[in-house]
Amino acid sequence: MLVLQTLILGAAHGHTIAHAIERGSDDVLQIEHGSLYPALHRLENRGWIASFWGTSENNRKARYYRLTPAGREQLITQTARWDQVVRAIGRILKPASE
Amino acid sequence: MGWGRFFRRAKWDRERLEEIESYVEIETDENIARGMPVGEARAAARRKFGNSTRIREDIYRMNTIAYLDTLGRDVHYSLRTLRRAPGFTVIALLTIAIGIGANTAVFSVINSVLLRPLHYPRAAELVALRQVAPGAAGLASFSDGLRLSPSMYFTYSEQNRSFQSLGVWTTGTANVTGLAEPEQVRTVGISDGVLQALGVPPAAGRWLLRADQVPGGRETAMLSYGYWQRRFGGERSAIGRRILVDSRPREIVGVMPRGFQVVQAEADLIVPLGFERSKLPLAGFYLQGIARLRPGVTIARADADITRMLPIWMDSWSNGPGTNGRFFEAWRIAPAIRPLKQEVVGSVGNVLWVVMGTIGLVMLIACANVTNLLLVKAESRQQELAVRASLGAGWVRIVRVLLLESMLLGLMGGALGIGIAVGGLRLLVAIGPANLPRLGEISMDGRTLLFTVLLSLLSGLFFGLIPALKYAGPRISAVLRSAGRTQSVSRERHRARNLLVVAQVALALVLMVSAGLMIRTFQALQAVDPGFTGAAHLQTMRLSVPESLVASPEQVIRIQNSIVDKLAAIPGVTSAGFGSAMPMEGFDSGWNEIFAQDKIYPGGEFAPLRLFKYVSPGFFHTAGTRIVAGRDLTWTEVYGHRPVAMVSENLARELWGSPSAALGKRIREFPPMPWREVIGVIEDVHENGVHEKAPGIVYWPSMMDNIFGPSPLNVVRKMTFVVRSDRTGTEGFLNQVRQAVWSVNSSLPVASVRTMQEVYGQSLARTSFTLVMLGIAGAMALVLGVIGIYGVISYTVSQRRREIGIRLALGAPQGELRRMFVQYALVLAGIGVAIGLGAALGLTQLMKSLLFGISPMDPPTYAVVPVVLMAAAALAGYLPARRAASVDPTEALRAE
Repeated sequence: MLVLQTLILGAAHGHTIAHAIERGSDDVLQIEHGSLYPALHRLENRGWIASFWGTSENNRKARYYRLTPAGREQLITQTARWDQVVRAIGRILKPASE
Repeated sequence: MGWGRFFRRAKWDRERLEEIESYVEIETDENIARGMPVGEARAAARRKFGNSTRIREDIYRMNTIAYLDTLGRDVHYSLRTLRRAPGFTVIALLTIAIGIGANTAVFSVINSVLLRPLHYPRAAELVALRQVAPGAAGLASFSDGLRLSPSMYFTYSEQNRSFQSLGVWTTGTANVTGLAEPEQVRTVGISDGVLQALGVPPAAGRWLLRADQVPGGRETAMLSYGYWQRRFGGERSAIGRRILVDSRPREIVGVMPRGFQVVQAEADLIVPLGFERSKLPLAGFYLQGIARLRPGVTIARADADITRMLPIWMDSWSNGPGTNGRFFEAWRIAPAIRPLKQEVVGSVGNVLWVVMGTIGLVMLIACANVTNLLLVKAESRQQELAVRASLGAGWVRIVRVLLLESMLLGLMGGALGIGIAVGGLRLLVAIGPANLPRLGEISMDGRTLLFTVLLSLLSGLFFGLIPALKYAGPRISAVLRSAGRTQSVSRERHRARNLLVVAQVALALVLMVSAGLMIRTFQALQAVDPGFTGAAHLQTMRLSVPESLVASPEQVIRIQNSIVDKLAAIPGVTSAGFGSAMPMEGFDSGWNEIFAQDKIYPGGEFAPLRLFKYVSPGFFHTAGTRIVAGRDLTWTEVYGHRPVAMVSENLARELWGSPSAALGKRIREFPPMPWREVIGVIEDVHENGVHEKAPGIVYWPSMMDNIFGPSPLNVVRKMTFVVRSDRTGTEGFLNQVRQAVWSVNSSLPVASVRTMQEVYGQSLARTSFTLVMLGIAGAMALVLGVIGIYGVISYTVSQRRREIGIRLALGAPQGELRRMFVQYALVLAGIGVAIGLGAALGLTQLMKSLLFGISPMDPPTYAVVPVVLMAAAALAGYLPARRAASVDPTEALRAE
């Protein structure tokens, strides 16, 4: 979901995505950047993202990923569900803290 | 999980690798930008990325089907192992390939001949109308029961409730003139209903229809595809043309497609039978019936239908004034309808299944041999397997590797086997009996290939399973510890191999006994005096003088007589003659009730049916058939149509007790016929082949008084001429023969030119085919069995070198050592022979129908075969034993 969210603004390559997630979460989600790739691969297999070879900002060959229509749809439903879950958890936690 | 991804997984992996590289590059660039030194920047980038190999593996695993992937790797590994042991692989592959090839070839024959449906639409509905008549004495000597008479055909076809269509047919020959050289062609005469029942549309023109069957109407004929191609070049314009068939014009109305046969008859011309319905008697049983059942009607119901119609037939027709149709009730005629396929295939199924069985046994022996090889190989691989196991390979995985290897062997052997089968099939068709039905249809098809693949896999499983289970077992650590060279071989490790060898010997014994029985059968058949001599020096040919060419019977006899004279005048010819058929020629002979004047027939009108033939003077002398008593016919008697006859020896004995007592007795056909005096008694002739009992035969002169037909004289127009000469079969001789015939009448075709040896050989064809097949199987079994014994003994010798060395060093005599190993071989073979004898006694009962003159428990066969096998076993044991005895003790011990 996070990967899909980063791609909503446009195509990006693995390195960018990794850093985007890291920064976006205020460095809370510190991950080995490598573990991103199996995730990318899985998303691509499901047809939610597509990939192509391109050139990076500093002229390196890089593989770019972009969101497919199916991926966009998936992002919307998943975000909605996530919000629901978060709200539900929030409602459960709030009364308890009172 | 998609297959596409599975097959592209290597490409994916490359892409990912590049992608990872690209990540590292970019991260390195950034690190450098942050001011890190180059080396450190790269290291930091890699740290940041994590374990790239593991990630690649993760992705790879996502793309693959784990099972297939390991399978692929195992196949690869197995192929490498096989390549590393080329000697073993070649021997194993050859053994399997020959085994599978032979099995595939024989199975294709079985499949083509026995399993595939006949080449007619909805062939399962087709039946042959057979009848039996147990009350008609003498009929038992006619193998195909009571045929149909024309009047039966009309009754059945008009009154039945079971058949969509029904017809009768019979084969014959006819002279076709006016096209090229005069030619005798094979014909099939059919009634209306035959083509309709078979349901094969014509390739050109139209079928023969009901209108063509009206006597006195337009005379028509259909051509076979082959004849159409041969004589008319496949021209459409042939339709509508007239040809002279037996000197009478017939219009060609259609052509049947390639490969079409009326049941098993291959004909050049199909002509209408054209019965004259109003003049038909009850009798005249010479037609074969064929019908197509209505949907849902069983054979039993059709039989019941015929049973219902038989009295109708007896009451609707007559054999002439003063006779009663109910007379045939005494014959107890009953229907015996059977599927057409059974009619076509006949008894050949027996032979084929026996051959298939024996070849299957050979396959088992071959598998046993390969198993033995694999066991030896597995033995030497124990260390490797143990290492694999201790590195963490599961028990199942190791079994799988071993099985895979044997299955691969099986499949590769199978692939080679198909090649061998293609060749073998050609050989089989070449040596196969010419009377093997559906010979032209033999081919390989999907079912055959499936059979081969299954057989390959099964045999792979079979010979792989024993070594796999034995060596992949959990005792692996023990092996690792003790696999040193000094370990002595335990008895237990030999048990599997010994069992295999015993089984091989037992199977080989069964096969050799079968082959032995066939050899004895062949001997017995050849020992039978067929009733003629010097078959290789007898030239036979068929000559037919049609009525339309020569009308007068006397003229026919004169022509036939002068042909005989001309033939006898050819240099090198000792004598010539003619008869209505030579023995074993397969031409339908006539038969009828024969009465003896001095016998009383209960019921007043019923006498046993007898075969009869027409002969010329000199026929018996030429054929080498002895005249047991009395004398031969003379030309004077023929021209004078004197009331004389000859009978066979067995008939003479049956009627009057001895050949000489028959002379002067009088016999005749049914009552109004004149009595004829027996002037000669002829030695018994095996008319239907040496494997059949010689029937009682009456011989008439080839021209006789005729009290029924339009002419006062009856003459036989289709005759087999026979010439005795040392020059038979040579082209020059055959030319002289043709010239001799044509010098008498140039319109006479000379057909079916064969030597009597060919006729005789053909009647033995089935036996010799079976003999050759079983002989090959038996020889293969013997060789494989001997190799098996040799292998086990020599392996034992090599394993026990050390022990032998010690024994020799301690002073054991060499002879003693040799004897020890030979004895070992003999014990194994002995047990195998004992088991095999038991099995053979049971199994050879199955081939009873193929044997002649001997019992399935033929003592000489059972005495000789075990001796041969034991001798071979002793030899197979002796060779390695001699090697054992020549071991140099110091050498053997130092080698450790």
